[in-house]
Amino acid sequence: MIVEALAFYMFAAVAVASGVLVVSVRNPVHSVLFLILAFFNAAGLFVLLGAEFLAMILVVVYVGAVAVLFLFVVMMLDIDFAALRSGFIRYLPIGAMVGLVLLFELALIVGAWITAPDAASAFGAPSPDAAKIANTHALGLVLYTKYAYLFQAAGMILLVAMVGAIVLTLRDREGVRRQNIGEQVARGKRNSVEVRKVRAGSGI
Amino acid sequence: MMNIGLSHYLTVAAILFTIGIFGVFLNRKNVIVILMSVELMLLAVNINLVAFSAFLHDLVGQVFAMFVLTVAAAEAAIGLAILVVYFRNRGSIAVEDINLMKG
Repeated sequence: MIVEALAFYMFAAVAVASGVLVVSVRNPVHSVLFLILAFFNAAGLFVLLGAEFLAMILVVVYVGAVAVLFLFVVMMLDIDFAALRSGFIRYLPIGAMVGLVLLFELALIVGAWITAPDAASAFGAPSPDAAKIANTHALGLVLYTKYAYLFQAAGMILLVAMVGAIVLTLRDREGVRRQNIGEQVARGKRNSVEVRKVRAGSGI
Repeated sequence: MMNIGLSHYLTVAAILFTIGIFGVFLNRKNVIVILMSVELMLLAVNINLVAFSAFLHDLVGQVFAMFVLTVAAAEAAIGLAILVVYFRNRGSIAVEDINLMKG
């Protein structure tokens, strides 16, 4: 019990601290790296909750794909980040005020929250005993049967996002010689060899 | 204090969500950090969903968290693609310049 509590406090503290650093650090590259740290610690929290599959998905998808994508964009674009930070102090009070109000409201909700008495009968998919069926197995049993259509829809969303990202960023640059295979194959003797009469002594 | 319950996880998620909102306000000019703040907020939502799923013994929360993850990944990809195209056209990513369609 003690170990679990200590692990929770460590993961939570590091996640919150790196979250603060994500929004406040000067260099966006460091900001991305702290985002990765926050995701790792959130994955640790997921493991503590018994959601191992989601923890691993979080590490693979967020750290392996999204954060690296952010890192690429931050490093690829040549941006004057000092100019982008000029309003930092000006927006600090209103940001802090909105944040504090929101935190207060969330604290009210967390403090006054109770489970509905008939919640037990409204279960969508009761989680099985973790000792018998592993989390990944149980999740698959639910996901591929009851939520198969939603799973397919999620796949469609990813496909559309991929196509959209390619369409947005693909560009035809002028002055680049591209290989046109159809043109090369269709090329025959008639339109590639030219016979000319050359007069002696004058050249073409 | 040593007995970790649902409210502990909800508190962490609430703090992370608030940090995300705070980050959107703090970095009004830097779209990249705003997108990162949005990712932090989605992470907080996921922690909420998984915590409820674990403490109420209902797997649907984890399924839903996975869909949130999917949408978050798609959103990051599209957002960054738009950002790259915008930077290519305008040479800057300052949010204050993005008012061409203001009318």
